Amino acid sequence: MKQRFVFRFPTDTIDIPVSGHLICDFGLKLNIFNAYINAGEEGNLALEVEGPKSAIGAGIKFVRSKGVQAEPIEKHVQIGMESCVHCGACTSVCYPGALRLHGETRLLQFNADKCTVCELCTTACPLKIIKISFAE
Amino acid sequence: MSKTIEEINQKIKSGKAVVLSAEEFKKLGEQESADSLANKVDVVTTATFGPMCSSGAFINFGHASPGIRMEKISLNGVPVYGGIAAVDGFIGATETLSPFDMYGGAHVIEDLVSGREVRLKATAKGTDCYPATDADVMISLNNVNEAILYNPRNAYQNYGAATNSETEKRYTYMGVLLPRFGNINYSTSGELSPLLNDPLLRFTGIGTRIFLCGATGYVAWSGTQSHLGRERNKNGIPLQPAATLAVTGNLKEMSTEFLRAAYFEKYGVSLFVGIGIPYPVVDADAAHDLLVRNRDIETEIHDYGKADHPWLATVNYEQLQRGHIELNGKQVRTAPLSSLSKARQIAELLKRKISKGTFLLTEKIQDLPGSDSLNGLSTKNGGLQ
Repeated sequence: MKQRFVFRFPTDTIDIPVSGHLICDFGLKLNIFNAYINAGEEGNLALEVEGPKSAIGAGIKFVRSKGVQAEPIEKHVQIGMESCVHCGACTSVCYPGALRLHGETRLLQFNADKCTVCELCTTACPLKIIKISFAE
Repeated sequence: MSKTIEEINQKIKSGKAVVLSAEEFKKLGEQESADSLANKVDVVTTATFGPMCSSGAFINFGHASPGIRMEKISLNGVPVYGGIAAVDGFIGATETLSPFDMYGGAHVIEDLVSGREVRLKATAKGTDCYPATDADVMISLNNVNEAILYNPRNAYQNYGAATNSETEKRYTYMGVLLPRFGNINYSTSGELSPLLNDPLLRFTGIGTRIFLCGATGYVAWSGTQSHLGRERNKNGIPLQPAATLAVTGNLKEMSTEFLRAAYFEKYGVSLFVGIGIPYPVVDADAAHDLLVRNRDIETEIHDYGKADHPWLATVNYEQLQRGHIELNGKQVRTAPLSSLSKARQIAELLKRKISKGTFLLTEKIQDLPGSDSLNGLSTKNGGLQ
């Protein structure tokens, strides 16, 4: 599984090689989106962690044990429905069926619970009104 | 009993015309015959709202003082064709400054229609009669002289559906096609689509008054690539893209509700165009044509993963609109690129205009000039070596 986090490093934890531990000790794959680490300052690291659920759980527990705050972040699909023309192009690429046209009204419906945030819809939408937002 | 279009217009003017959308008419047809409906109903409205690349607008920018014979022109950086008179330009919907730009001519047109100002830049060599050599000003639809939408090819009478047999995604004007037959995209409004309700172009011709992107527009000519010789199924419906329309109307009267810019990933810019055409129910034959159902309208699925897009299957719109279809023993998701809900909105709006007497039907001035074949372009032999 994949899960995204923001790690917040208090100034006294800035020298802990958290990424190295997660890769070497827990066998996790990391994808870093954003990092701000400077000696003497509070640091931030936004990353996606990939691996078995148990390994991610253990890795995050380790990170927190070192005094680093690890907060999960969620990706969301945001649709500018007020601009949507309900053409249906996004439904064509939506594997899990989160985006669909209503059988009768043919208006676009979005079921966020089914969305895996694969992001294919953002490329398929010809009006470019489907965006990915990163909310904590 | 038959009626003339003139008689129908008299009924419209007196507020007595019976006007239905094509979907309402077809629903009535489940219980009543074409003969009976021809007596009861006067007008049926059809519509479509889909991406139509072959679109654009002529704009006359007005003369500056001193004058300029604009030669290189752009609007918001998008090149405008200036090879016509001094301050006339044509902005094509698909035009962009650079090949991968996501902002193009269609976006400029939408910006103008929405009331926004766009930046006009023009250069010229300067002549004795037009001495100025450059212009850089903001313009809007309020301060240009004419802004005329002129779309050389719209409202295709049927269109093929697209899928992809290959192992990589294909980014096309038919949308994103997933690998290994991951989806099938199609693009007409089926039984609500104008020219599928007038299969032999009995009522659609030069001068036909239409709804165009919120304004009153007209059929100017047959559209480019019009092919009237396509094979037809037993219901008289062409199996492949057949007739097309060149349409025109006043951009200043249009609405972004029915005209929207589009960008197809790794393909380019296009324009969603909303078109509505009312058809007179003059007799039982006209009613019969207007009773065509999605199950009667077939189209071909083509493989866009391969060069020349070979045929894979022939299906009908009832199947396509169901959301999935069996192809080579596998259930494949189907999805439209044209908006049926917008098309319904247009058909309804046009119905109300006619019922109120603010939109009258037209006799076509002349049949659409058409061809029974299409020429290809040979790039293999001849030409520059």
